Amino acid sequence: MSATTDSAIETTVTEALKTFGAKEDQITRDATWDSIDIDSLDLAELAQIVEDEHGVKIEGDDMKNIKTVGDAIDFIAEKKAA
Amino acid sequence: MQRRKLPDVVVTGIGAVTPLGVGARTLYERWTAGTSAFRDGEAPCDDFEATDHLSTKEARRADRFTQFGIVASDEALREAGWAEELPYDPFRIGCVLGTGIGGIGTLEGNHDTLRDSGARNVSPLAIPLMMSNAGSAALSLRHGLKGPVYSVVSACAAGGHAIGTAMRAIQCGDAQAVITGGSEAALTPLSRASFASMSALSPTGVSRPFDNRRDGFVMGEGAAVLVLEDGDSARARGANILATLRGYGATGDANHITAPEADGSGGARAMMLAMADAGLTPADIDYVNAHGTSTQLNDRSETAALKTALGEYAHKIPVSSTKSAIGHLLGASGAVEAVATILALRDRVAPPTLGYDEPEDGMDLDYVPNKAQPLQTASDKRAVALSNSFGFGGHNVTLCLETA
Repeated sequence: MSATTDSAIETTVTEALKTFGAKEDQITRDATWDSIDIDSLDLAELAQIVEDEHGVKIEGDDMKNIKTVGDAIDFIAEKKAA
Repeated sequence: MQRRKLPDVVVTGIGAVTPLGVGARTLYERWTAGTSAFRDGEAPCDDFEATDHLSTKEARRADRFTQFGIVASDEALREAGWAEELPYDPFRIGCVLGTGIGGIGTLEGNHDTLRDSGARNVSPLAIPLMMSNAGSAALSLRHGLKGPVYSVVSACAAGGHAIGTAMRAIQCGDAQAVITGGSEAALTPLSRASFASMSALSPTGVSRPFDNRRDGFVMGEGAAVLVLEDGDSARARGANILATLRGYGATGDANHITAPEADGSGGARAMMLAMADAGLTPADIDYVNAHGTSTQLNDRSETAALKTALGEYAHKIPVSSTKSAIGHLLGASGAVEAVATILALRDRVAPPTLGYDEPEDGMDLDYVPNKAQPLQTASDKRAVALSNSFGFGGHNVTLCLETA
């Protein structure tokens, strides 16, 4: 996995979360969804954006283990590299 | 049939978002001054910017019709003194909102996405935004209302039905207070085309209710919200009472899917029921806020209905249509017009029917042409009005309002 890919994924995720209404300064790798007021409907929308921009499908079950912003970025990067 | 005496229901807060601007008083004052809000054959809420009032998250979690409702509700709750804290147990406060269509803008946008980009790209927010109950759900969430919460759908009568239903919920003891009203945002391509194809819309884009040249309604958008409270509870907490909702009458035409009965008998009966519910007679009515859509059929049949319901008083009572200033707000109209009527009663004014110049044979009531009139109400009497709302499907609703 290249650094460029990581950064592109991070940008996708961060920009999506900002669109959903999360405060930019609170979007950190360690931030939990609850802490930035992101819920299941936002995550369903995030999955669509990620698939559109990176070709990575995130299924409903995958989300169960994704609790933080960092979890999401790492999961997408791993799946993209696989 | 003798009805048992029901508790009185009072209005302690009002709010509106209309084509004349944000705010209930903005609507009333501009309409009374003779201002109308038409642009290119429609009446959009041009001044309304959701993010001026809502966070990014709140705004994108709400269709435009829900955004209007939320903003109107904030104004109404502030006026009622509820902004900091609810005055009653949240389980004793309900919310009943009306809409004609619901989130049709969301529906159309997502249908475009489905057609152009495929099913996987349809938004997870499509359903929660388009559902017709989104308005009442949003107000419940925003204000923490946990009593009976639902929406009512009856085309252009929905705002009236919502308010009447909310009144009954309080009178029956299901709630101590109910946030109610109506909202609509249907200035969309499908909605425009659909109303136009059935020849309901004015091809000239002019709303002139009761005028001989009227040729259809002009669509507007917006919302109004009222805080209704059980009278005893409101007085006990020292609330500032704006009006009493004295009566509610509702009927169905069982005549035609869209056309009103020519003799207006369904509408007349709704008015008579509302007066009976209020314990009043035509002699007590000082003003009628008509449904007055500017369609050939409605305005003629409503005139007939007024003559039937009010008898010899029909020619003495001023009748005007808010739709002459802001067009037809469909499921929001009944609520917006109730709010305007409350302020008109407070000032003892009949706001005007704008654009009225040419009478039609047989339509000979006092339609308050173009200029507001003072109500001829005895100084020791509280001013009383009827407000009519009729909808496709043959739905007829009348509210009877009395100033505080």
